[in-house]
Amino acid sequence: MDTMAEIRQTFFQECEEQLSEMELGLLAMDEGNADSETVNAVFRAVHSIKGGAGAFKLTELVQFAHSFETALDHVRSGKLTPTPEMMKIMLRAADVLSDLVEASRDGREINEANYASIAADVKALTTFDGVEEVEEPIDFQPTIIDFGMPELAIEPEPAASQEHEYRINFAPRPELYANANETILIFRELNRLGAMQAFCDAAAIPSLDDIDPNGAYFSWAVQLKSEADIAGVREVFEFVDGEADLTIESDGQAEVSDADIAALLAQALGTPPAADTANASEPSAEIIPISTMPAPVAASSETADVEPAVAPVQAVESSKPDTKAAVVPAQTTIRVEFDRVDRLINLVGELVINQAMLSQRVIEANFAGSSSVVIGLEELEQLTREIQESVMAIRAQPVKPLFQRMSRMVREVADATGKEVKLKTEGEATEVDKTVVERLAEPLTHMIRNAVDHGIESPEVRLAAGKPAEGTVRLTAAHRSGRIVIELSDDGAGINRPKVRASAINKGLIPADMQLSDSDIDNLLFLPGFSTAATISSISGRGVGMDVVKRSIQALGGRISISSRPGLGSTFSMSLPLTLAVLDGMAVSVAGQTLVVPLTAIVETLKPKKSEVHGLGSDGRVMSIRDTFVPLIDVGTQLGFRETPTQPENSVALLVETGGGARNALLVDSIQDQRQVVIKSLETNYGTVAGIAAATILGDGRVALILDVDALVSKSFEETLVGELHYGTGG
Amino acid sequence: MTQTILTVDDSRTMRDMLKMALVEAGYNVLQAVDGVDGLDVLQASAPPDVIVTDINMPKMDGFGLIEAVRKDSRYRKVPILVLTTESDAAKKMRAKEAGATGWIVKPFEPTKLIAAIRRVAA
Repeated sequence: MDTMAEIRQTFFQECEEQLSEMELGLLAMDEGNADSETVNAVFRAVHSIKGGAGAFKLTELVQFAHSFETALDHVRSGKLTPTPEMMKIMLRAADVLSDLVEASRDGREINEANYASIAADVKALTTFDGVEEVEEPIDFQPTIIDFGMPELAIEPEPAASQEHEYRINFAPRPELYANANETILIFRELNRLGAMQAFCDAAAIPSLDDIDPNGAYFSWAVQLKSEADIAGVREVFEFVDGEADLTIESDGQAEVSDADIAALLAQALGTPPAADTANASEPSAEIIPISTMPAPVAASSETADVEPAVAPVQAVESSKPDTKAAVVPAQTTIRVEFDRVDRLINLVGELVINQAMLSQRVIEANFAGSSSVVIGLEELEQLTREIQESVMAIRAQPVKPLFQRMSRMVREVADATGKEVKLKTEGEATEVDKTVVERLAEPLTHMIRNAVDHGIESPEVRLAAGKPAEGTVRLTAAHRSGRIVIELSDDGAGINRPKVRASAINKGLIPADMQLSDSDIDNLLFLPGFSTAATISSISGRGVGMDVVKRSIQALGGRISISSRPGLGSTFSMSLPLTLAVLDGMAVSVAGQTLVVPLTAIVETLKPKKSEVHGLGSDGRVMSIRDTFVPLIDVGTQLGFRETPTQPENSVALLVETGGGARNALLVDSIQDQRQVVIKSLETNYGTVAGIAAATILGDGRVALILDVDALVSKSFEETLVGELHYGTGG
Repeated sequence: MTQTILTVDDSRTMRDMLKMALVEAGYNVLQAVDGVDGLDVLQASAPPDVIVTDINMPKMDGFGLIEAVRKDSRYRKVPILVLTTESDAAKKMRAKEAGATGWIVKPFEPTKLIAAIRRVAA
């Protein structure tokens, strides 16, 4: 059924939210700063997952959630006080729960052996003094839900059972009416079971003055002929259990003793017990035979409505502001397909270009600066920028979910390596383009693994070094000058530079006699094929090292840098653009063409002197910058704009940094300016061009190509052999 | 006349399931996401024929909602069924003390849900 599939989808979406809520709460508990509402929220999250899972017959999920919930309930009620060990189990349980949700969603087979030990740990939490807490039985058997039910009646089974005769004595107490139950409704249900007759005993009604409108004064004797068994009859009274005196007696299905029945019968028939004979002056009990469907009789039903509405209403209203004030108002959201947002972003891009072209025309038309056209245009420019920013904000997402995933990673790696590590996060609310968030996950995961596996020392080593046994990995995000800066630092041992250097030499990545500064050595980590782990662990893996991380970051238009202090830890800092739709670039002229170089790639710009440029090989050239030689790439010839190389002294060199920390100088004719450009994909509109990342449209309507610096550099290497200088370390 | 049921549950899944079962059975459905919202919805509409509420909810839980509803003379006679995953006697007792009319054990079968509603709805 379609609706069911939709609800299933809703369920898993909701699970995501609840898992995230749960994780957040557990982390707060772990930090020791969780109030009761946090614990409640965690409990509710697990409880809800269990509830929904039951409806979808996800047995393993239900059972695990159930024991987890039981443990949380004990924390909630104060029966359990969270200890660090306990929180560890809880956090691991949270991970298992996420896994189970995911496996259930994807319909994967669940192997209980995989989480048996955690399940046992969780169960053990609710075991006091070796006795498992009397857990309510899981009468939570998932039921198959068939929404295509043909009828709703709970008609008794038309089995071959013969008809029973029941005598029911039923004396409601005031609570029954106070809880909105009604005798007549119960009789209506009884009547569905078979032919019935009810007799009302109104003997208990006091004089009018003494009547309590909320009292209950009638009792009933009912005769029922039904094929239903006694349990079926009793079920009718399920909700009023404890709110009425009830006896059910049947032929051959006795529930109560004969003596009781005799007494009750006597009572029902209005024969006052011997002790009451003194009150004989009162009107004697009247037996009112009532047909199968009695008229409304409950004393309270009419009278209650007459009662003036006073204090209770106020109580309800005055209690409301309090509860509201304490709670952050839920944000209202709508779901929008990404396609629509992207289309909008595209259109806004066009608008920005169009507005730039209009500005250009106005300038060309020589309007006075104070003319209304120019002023109007400035306003338009302002508005366009605001629209652009607002639209970008739609695609922006907080890094929080990303960071949350990392905390799990830290736990797992710490567990696997026997280290004690805590992840501290800051700036989770920082927003960045969705694609950036998504594509950051992998490099960040890798770096976190490295930080725990290689950065943080084992507890013994840490204690020996005078540090706390538990290491800290800090992950922060912040907006800084139009970019997002994400920093990952650990308080571990720092980079072991002699070891890194030796390793790089062993692997033939650098010549043995190469002079390297500390930061040069740190940057060796980013070289392809570098891995310091003497024993290759299953965690950090082999080979897929920091070079991949660096490339992923650069593919996002970002930069990564590293700093480290021996004994104190390392910090990786990544700076990324907030959006992939616009780019800060430097517009340069090459052979009459305007090209855009991404600003992130440019380290500095230089005016080369003739003496600084040296030939190398047949047609290679290098440039000397502060005592190092950097390959010189003539952009004009490289891209085929002209045949003959340009004269360096008539050009400008852009010192760029590419993957692996390599530096190169790009030779261009001149620098025009620095500007933000809207990125237009070449692949979708034309095709892939080596050395070109994308295109943009300039204010004058011309198309300008955006350089792919990395590709341009490697393309140049393929064509000219620069040998050992492949790895040029710039000043 | 079509009867109206107010369902109060913080879980979207559960709200959807209740709605599906109730609409199928021909009821009008009002929805609220927690106790506070439940009271707001009550204020904004004609009294429903039955209220079905979850117990564990943020802001105001099921017990709180039941108590508040019972205190208001306008809703005193509105039957309230609590949804509970446990057949936990203690929880049922607390709900009863707060003024609940009856209960539905989760996960519910639509037939059981409708039967329970029919049992308490006038």
